[in-house]
Amino acid sequence: MTTLAFALLFVLACTGYVMNRRAAQAIWADGTRLHSLSNFHGLYSLLLVVIPIFVLIILWLLLAPFVINAITVASLPADVMSEASSGQAQLILAEISSIAGGRVFGDPEPWKIDAANRLVFLNEASSYALVAAVVVLGAALAYFARQRVSAEFRARQRVETMVSGLMIFCATVAIFTTIGIIAALVFETWKFFSMVPFTEFLFGLNWEPQIPIREGQIAGAGAFGWLPVILGTLVITAVALIVAVPTGLMSAIYLNEFAPKSVRSVVKPFLEILAGVPTVVYGFFAILVVAPAIRSFGQSIGLDVSPNTALAAGSVMGVMLIPFISSFADDALSAVPNALREGSLAMGATRGEMMTTVLFPAAIPGIVGGVLLAVSRAIGETMIVVMAAGLIAKMTINPLDSVTTVTVQIVTLLIGDTSFDNPKTLAAFALGLMLFLVTLLINVFALRIVRKYREAYD
Amino acid sequence: MYDADQNRTERKVGQKDIKITARDVQVYYGTNHAIKDVSVEIEDKTVTAFIGPSGCGKSTFLRCLNRMNDTIDICRVEGNIAIDGEDIYDRRVDPVQLRAKVGMVFQKPNPFPKSIYDNVAYGPKIHGLAKNKSELDDIVERALRRGAIWDEVKDRLQAPGTGLSGGQQQRLCIARAVATEPEVLLMDEPCSALDPIATGQVEELIDELKQNYSVVIVTHSMQQAARVSQKTAFFHLGNLVEYDDTEKIFTNPQDSRTESYITGRIG
Repeated sequence: MTTLAFALLFVLACTGYVMNRRAAQAIWADGTRLHSLSNFHGLYSLLLVVIPIFVLIILWLLLAPFVINAITVASLPADVMSEASSGQAQLILAEISSIAGGRVFGDPEPWKIDAANRLVFLNEASSYALVAAVVVLGAALAYFARQRVSAEFRARQRVETMVSGLMIFCATVAIFTTIGIIAALVFETWKFFSMVPFTEFLFGLNWEPQIPIREGQIAGAGAFGWLPVILGTLVITAVALIVAVPTGLMSAIYLNEFAPKSVRSVVKPFLEILAGVPTVVYGFFAILVVAPAIRSFGQSIGLDVSPNTALAAGSVMGVMLIPFISSFADDALSAVPNALREGSLAMGATRGEMMTTVLFPAAIPGIVGGVLLAVSRAIGETMIVVMAAGLIAKMTINPLDSVTTVTVQIVTLLIGDTSFDNPKTLAAFALGLMLFLVTLLINVFALRIVRKYREAYD
Repeated sequence: MYDADQNRTERKVGQKDIKITARDVQVYYGTNHAIKDVSVEIEDKTVTAFIGPSGCGKSTFLRCLNRMNDTIDICRVEGNIAIDGEDIYDRRVDPVQLRAKVGMVFQKPNPFPKSIYDNVAYGPKIHGLAKNKSELDDIVERALRRGAIWDEVKDRLQAPGTGLSGGQQQRLCIARAVATEPEVLLMDEPCSALDPIATGQVEELIDELKQNYSVVIVTHSMQQAARVSQKTAFFHLGNLVEYDDTEKIFTNPQDSRTESYITGRIG
């Protein structure tokens, strides 16, 4: 039935468009000058029908189940619901809707079958009502739009207003989604901090979150100090940046300024391929190639290397970041005006001097911004570290040791046996919030640096 | 290699030294033949103007004189260009050193995104002309004075060069170019981005510069060529049509194309 509603909406909108356009063209054919082109009259009708009815359908689909459930619950025998706790009420409702869907288990009480029948009826009534509402309202709007067609009617302005409204809506979707995400994180984190003291989380040096969630389960005693976890993230990020920043910058400088066209046309697509490799593939690479290689090399020179080192995960993550940094630096260097290159060369600078004394300083804001965005990505990167880094949090900065990261811990806390009234699960949200704050700080810092340098160089 | 000094003394009677000699210069951009058989002798301590309609090759030829065309991949230069008798396209000549000797000022002012001081000190620094800070200070001051901009910027040498006005930026670029003590100064339409007042200041400056340098200026404005130059070369479609004293070109041109151009019929 929903499909039918959308199909009717489509038909109505098209009809409105064609009708308005024809009407406007008829006026024009009579020799009257139209204020707006006939196309705008058509679009006016189309948008006037589509926007409100689309919103209506979406709201209906979102809200109708609540209303129907409320009606069903209200019609149940009074003694059943008054005795039930909220959990039991949910269960009863779920059973009724599964009966309504034709999945009958065992022998339900007659009042449940009654309720299920009522539910089926209400659902059908709701979808018929939706279709009816779409047709009536759509036809009314199309009629209204058709009535307004006249030589003086400013259809173009109306269409522009509606389209700019749509654009504003799209532009704010991301903002509202972000606010929603933060709200959800803060809410769950709040619950976590009501179970675990804030200071323990922020300053504790132990991270052993695998506490029992059922009676009698064998598990750890529980400790929620995030410092070893964030330290692991920082170690891996540092390794990644040590690999990625020099390589990325050098490759950008070479490709931008020194490489012959033929080399550039081959290397650049390869770098882009590198950027398109899924991180899970990098994870394979880290765990199957890099980690064993580092381990056997370390053992051959007598070092004690753990099987999943920070070095392996970090260096593969660094490879992942190379195209990111390289393309940022390349863009920044390309954006430097050619006049500065020529000016420098005409002063008798070599290409190298030109690069270090003029181009690089002028491109610094873009490059620093790119590097800091790469830091954010490294901190938030999940798949490579889930596969290649360790699970046990250790207070160490030794890259040959096994460390864990914030993202790895979030993943391990949320898979398997979970329940949302338990600090083990809620700790994931606290970590998520901290991760969000750290990357936010870095991004703000990046923007400030970029702005500061821009002031000095422009 | 022949002895440039001896050659110079021989010519020093009655006329000025020849600074740059070009013989049968051809320039190709890919398959496009941009400069055809250009031969010209440019005098020392003189302002030489290159005029001609857009796309006639005057800027291209100017850029041959300090080998800036080397930076363009598809560009190919043939023929012979010598400064003080030395072939600048010889394999042994390092374009980097050549460009220190042949300074260039561009159409649009292009100060580096650095302080005024660092802009002027740029050339002396990369060529190691100053032994210490005070020597560098002297070089910068001298160059800024020669660029006729010292009085305007002496109190804010650490301010960014890009914060100056257009005319000041162009004079800063001229100061930057003379800071390396070049022998030839090439100017590619140096006033086309400037207002009339700034243009007047730069023209005055060019007139002073000719006491020390051989100045070659490309210009679209015939009035400017008449005002600042002693010699004028008229280019048309890649050919050097006529080259003579400025006065003669503007009063009594020998070629009909030159006459058409300066009277405004082609261009």
